[in-house]
Amino acid sequence: MKQKQLRIALRNCGVIDPERIEDYIAKDGYLALGKVLTELTPEATIEIIKKSGLRGRGGGGFPTGLKWEITRKVHGDQKYVVCNADEGDPGAFMDRSVLEGDPHSVLEAMAINGYCTGASKGLVYIRAEYPLAIERLKIAMKQAREYGFLGDQILGTGFCFDIEIRYGAGAFVCGEETALIHSMEGLRGEPTVKPPFPSESGYLGKPSNVNNVETYANIPVIINKGADWFASIGSAKSKGTKVFALAGKINNVGLVEVPMGTTLREVIYEIGGGIRDGKAFKAAQTGGPSGGCLTVKHLDIPIDYDNLIAAGSMMGSGGMIVMDEDDCMVAIAKFYLEFTVEESCGKCSPCRIGNKRLFEILEKITQGNGILEDLDKLKNLGKVIIDTSLCGLGQSSPNPVLSTLDNFYDEYIDHVTYKKCKSKVCKSLMTYIIDEEKCIGCTLCARNCPVNAISGERKQAHYIDPEKCIKCGACMEKCKFNAIFIN
Amino acid sequence: MTKITSLTELKKLRDSLKEKMESYSLLDHPDSIIQVKVAMATCGQASGARPVFDYFKEELEKRNIPAMVTQTGCMSYCYAEPTIEVTIPGKNPVVFGFVNTRKADEIIERYIRKGELPDGVIPVNYETVISQ
Ligand SMILES: Cc1cc2nc3c(=O)[nH]c(=O)nc-3n(C[C@H](O)[C@H](O)[C@H](O)COP(=O)(O)O)c2cc1C
Ligand code: SF4
Ligand code: SF4
Repeated sequence: MKQKQLRIALRNCGVIDPERIEDYIAKDGYLALGKVLTELTPEATIEIIKKSGLRGRGGGGFPTGLKWEITRKVHGDQKYVVCNADEGDPGAFMDRSVLEGDPHSVLEAMAINGYCTGASKGLVYIRAEYPLAIERLKIAMKQAREYGFLGDQILGTGFCFDIEIRYGAGAFVCGEETALIHSMEGLRGEPTVKPPFPSESGYLGKPSNVNNVETYANIPVIINKGADWFASIGSAKSKGTKVFALAGKINNVGLVEVPMGTTLREVIYEIGGGIRDGKAFKAAQTGGPSGGCLTVKHLDIPIDYDNLIAAGSMMGSGGMIVMDEDDCMVAIAKFYLEFTVEESCGKCSPCRIGNKRLFEILEKITQGNGILEDLDKLKNLGKVIIDTSLCGLGQSSPNPVLSTLDNFYDEYIDHVTYKKCKSKVCKSLMTYIIDEEKCIGCTLCARNCPVNAISGERKQAHYIDPEKCIKCGACMEKCKFNAIFIN
Repeated sequence: MTKITSLTELKKLRDSLKEKMESYSLLDHPDSIIQVKVAMATCGQASGARPVFDYFKEELEKRNIPAMVTQTGCMSYCYAEPTIEVTIPGKNPVVFGFVNTRKADEIIERYIRKGELPDGVIPVNYETVISQ
């Protein structure tokens, strides 16, 4: 049987010892670099990347070859190759896995980029919370220097290139390329207006080619196997594969790498082994806090950059969080907004203040105090934030709200009009009730209630005081007669 | 370490390393040896891959079974960490999930010694590109 997964970026992950360069060399490591340096001009190499159709895996999906060409054409006495290993998307761990499992593939690709763009220096921006990835990167860099794949006169040619590591403190916004560059410069990790793009004016004002870890990991294979081979994989406008970090209510939590154009159904049911405990699939969040949710009606669309945008979500960096019938979509939207409010750098008002207001409205709704008008407010405010924010964080932060409003409007109505949370997540909207018919008065619940909200005589039906109840669920768990239920 | 100074030299090195690595899993080759790979990325280590790695190293030596125990990155079966892959010369690699030291003992005694497959085998569900 043909497998659903195809590994390009993860080709060596879990196969080689990441701390032994010899393992990497045995798998054709640094061959692409050697080939490029001795047999191809920078222009010809860029042409291969352009023809391959590779697009950035960090979120935006910008054509990689074009970015390299732009960086090459800009004049500068010094240029930089930057690797974005910030990976701030909650639930995502693709880039960490690549760096921990196959660090040389990223180093090799950065050197190839240096040759193409005319840069002699590379910088890996990585969050300090990734100590193992950092350690393995350092080992890899040392070994690459010993073999002469980094440093002066690489592989006997005149090309000189070396790489340094820069640490981030783990702010989501520092994954945005301009903020990332400022953070590396020792300034506050705040975005600035584009243009100028980093390719024109980046680190220390010099042309800097910023690409994501996974984007780089694809490069050596494209050089070795050719642009046509790569372009034969995937869908019309999205070539190659994409790594997803599959998480949430799914049986096989893990990393998957599938050709672009694979459907959500294949990822969830065939690779992911279906929803946990046989529950029903409700939604999958892609693109993290900047993305949206895909629902049952999206199960059969081929996943690629353009289809996800058309479906109201986006590819993002590859986080995929699966939700089942027990998840409340209003609460999910609130979760992401809480994250954004925390992570907004605060530089511009729409994002700093607007997201806070969005969050407050959602909180009001989940507490049972929402009114119909709030739903319009969410929509209008969300659109204003998207239109007026400075950077990609604010420009996408309302997406989880807007997409849940689009796909699960009835759930919002349940919360607002009927004050009900069907998934039984929003505590303020739940009441614990004892069924008088079923209760035999064993007193077990009353003895387990932490706030003494349950009263009743022995051998007689008990009663929960809704004023006192804090909805902890302890009584329901303890009752042996299923006499307690949630309304 | 001598530096590699040309593409030809690199290819030569690759060929010899490749041949050596492939010979480990060949039947009746002087270099053939049992290989145990332990997934030691953050996810694996957080679930206890380190003691499993040490256990295989120590126990295989103690039990006089010549074997090569190495670490790898994430094998991608995060739901079944710690995961390991065992290759017996002449056979396809087998991946085991949820390996602790007790399971490791079972794998050594049953699979490595006798070739019987204990529970916990994870079917490989992907294809990998081969560069050339
Ligand atoms: C709020 C925000 C966070 C981002 N976080 C990341 C990240 O963690 N990793 C990443 O590679 N790109 C991230 N990006 C995208 C980068 O700005 C940039 O587009 C990307 O690194 C370019 O590389 P690529 O073309 O290879 O995708 C983020 C963008 C925004 C707006
Ligand atoms: S949109 Fe948000 S994160 Fe981006 S610059 Fe404005 S305040 Fe900062
Ligand atoms: S849900 Fe908790 S607080 Fe409420 S009645 Fe039951 S045990 Fe008491």
